[in-house]
Amino acid sequence: MLRKLLIGAMLSTAMTGAYAVPSFADEVEVLHWWTSGGEAAALDVLKKKLESQGITWKDMPVAGGGGEAAMTALRARVTAGNPPTAVQALGFDITDWAKQGVVGDLTEVATKEGWDKVIPTALQAFSKYDGKWIAAPVNVHSTNWVWINKKALDAAGGKAPESWDELIAVLDKMKANGISPIGHGGQAWQDATIFDAVVLGIGTDFYKSSMIDLDPAALGGDKMVEAFDRMAKLRTYVDKDFSGRDWNLASAMVIEGKAGMQFMGDWAKGEFLKAGQKPGTDFVCVRFPGTQGAVTFNSDQFMMFKVGANQQKAQLTMASDIESPDFQSAFNVVKGSVPARTDVPDTAFDDCGKKGMKDLAEANTSGKLFGSMAHGHANPAAVKNAMYDVITRHFNGEMDSKAAAKALVDAVASAKM
Amino acid sequence: MAQSQAEIAPVLTHRPSRTPKEALQEWLPKLVLAPSFAIILIFVYGFIIFTAVLSVSGSKLLPDFSTWVGLGNYVRLFNHPNWITALKNLAIFASLYIIVCSVLGLGLAILLDQKIRAEGLIRPIFLYPMALSFIVTGVAWKWFLDPGIGLEHVMQDWGWTSFSFRWIKEGQYAIYTIVIAAVWQSSGFVMAMFLAGLRGVDNEVIKAAQIDGASTVTIYRRIIIPLMRPVFLSAFVVLAHLAIKSYDLVVAMTDGGPGTATWTPALFMQKFTFGRNEMGMGAASAIIMMMMIFAIIVPYLYSELGGKNERR
Repeated sequence: MLRKLLIGAMLSTAMTGAYAVPSFADEVEVLHWWTSGGEAAALDVLKKKLESQGITWKDMPVAGGGGEAAMTALRARVTAGNPPTAVQALGFDITDWAKQGVVGDLTEVATKEGWDKVIPTALQAFSKYDGKWIAAPVNVHSTNWVWINKKALDAAGGKAPESWDELIAVLDKMKANGISPIGHGGQAWQDATIFDAVVLGIGTDFYKSSMIDLDPAALGGDKMVEAFDRMAKLRTYVDKDFSGRDWNLASAMVIEGKAGMQFMGDWAKGEFLKAGQKPGTDFVCVRFPGTQGAVTFNSDQFMMFKVGANQQKAQLTMASDIESPDFQSAFNVVKGSVPARTDVPDTAFDDCGKKGMKDLAEANTSGKLFGSMAHGHANPAAVKNAMYDVITRHFNGEMDSKAAAKALVDAVASAKM
Repeated sequence: MAQSQAEIAPVLTHRPSRTPKEALQEWLPKLVLAPSFAIILIFVYGFIIFTAVLSVSGSKLLPDFSTWVGLGNYVRLFNHPNWITALKNLAIFASLYIIVCSVLGLGLAILLDQKIRAEGLIRPIFLYPMALSFIVTGVAWKWFLDPGIGLEHVMQDWGWTSFSFRWIKEGQYAIYTIVIAAVWQSSGFVMAMFLAGLRGVDNEVIKAAQIDGASTVTIYRRIIIPLMRPVFLSAFVVLAHLAIKSYDLVVAMTDGGPGTATWTPALFMQKFTFGRNEMGMGAASAIIMMMMIFAIIVPYLYSELGGKNERR
């Protein structure tokens, strides 16, 4: 009996040993949460490109919670000392992992291919840590977009709003026309996406000092009270069942003409295209009123982890492929975002995509390209979520604008500890 | 005296030499229990200690044992508006959940105990919600209570146009919708517990009371319900720890919304540890939750296990 036990124990040890054998040299293991139709198709472009170079793609998809589930899976892998080759990551999550000293180094490829010159500086802040390239940016989503139903807009005067007052005028007309003016889903991150644009609309300097530099004077000042007042005003144009609705259902309301417009990042475009709508004729894409020329972004990047010497070649090849202009173009046309480098030709993109690329390049040169607070590119997760709490409480009518501005200062101070 | 010792001593020292079989019989239970004991020791109590250590460390993204913040995480926890909301919600949820479940469960059990026809059919109907997971219950009730597609919509379609029930969308009422779903799920289970208790009541006592001329109401009020005391206690412990742990139901129904109106301590723990990279604060909240559960379980175990010995 004892011998049997011993043999069993030895066998199981041998089996776990076999399991832990490092993966093959020409293989990349990729952890990501791009599992829905369009996203998976976009990622397939990269997979095929790598396979043509003799590198096997080991897929590790963990969907759910906008990447939260993937990050939890990553914690387990890193703690076990067996991280994947590349991990899809956003903003400050990359910096947080870099601080743990577990990320790889792409500087060799980056220098050879001149990434410094073509990737916007604001993105480099996340792709580099301590002077070294640690992540390869895949795309840039800008978040200060407005998606307007063309018919609803024509019925409300036909001119896309360019300032706050014009926006309110259009919203009032849409309300009078009997539709719900704003298609919105009451989830903290969606509330925060609108808040981002509202703050940016009040002033680019104000956005920088409050959302990025976290200056308490800006966070609790009169302009912030004004921003919250504007949020409260927008709240009056949202239908009564908005709470908890997913963003794509809000897009569907705009597509069907039940709602007039949606404030959402450019991933919303995919929903319109899927419904067979054409930019310019069925829907209109403009920057949030008062934010033309400035861009708040979030950027998906593949963060590279420290791997064995035999796998480094595959890792560097993958990074190089991600930054190649033809992949950047092919991927982003499918995904709805714009390329992470500014020298990619825009011929394959639709009108909204072309505008997005032009705006991005312009904002990059004028220094008005900012990380989006709502999408974790202005602050670490703790601060971001502390802001979410206040924004969503205020948007749901739990406090007035003055109290919200004060609560914002306190919440940020507490989260920074 | 000396003689009696001499008499006893041989008895104590003289032991027939044990056969290997007997030795095995003595050791086998211990051997069999040892692995599960070791596993529980490590994976339950070991990790409780691990969490306690985390809660006084400055861990953010990953466990970090190089910075220590003492009780700083606890101070921040109790200054955090979301934690206060979570505690308030727990108080509302736990008290209503326990009281309503117990009352409904007892009521249903008493009605079922009237030797009615088709009891075998009715009893499982009330018990079946317990077979569902809280996620399923949560999603079903979320749709049912959603004003756009659920109850309100249907009532208005049927012509009752002024009907309005939109608690799930309103911050100050949303927590009560979670109580409704939880009660729906658990009251059948509590009914089963009470039914077992009622079946255990001695008929002689009831007959004696009837002979003394007590009415049915009096018999229930003065004799049967007081006899249910241990069942009340068991139901309380089962429901209380379910209430403190409540996570899946909240996630499925509201995910903490609208705003932060339906956060519960378990939701707080998950969101802070894994969503906000505040592992230290998350661990602190887990320790507070554990203390709450211990505060309920320990007196219960004491009265169940320790108390009986005293009585004997």
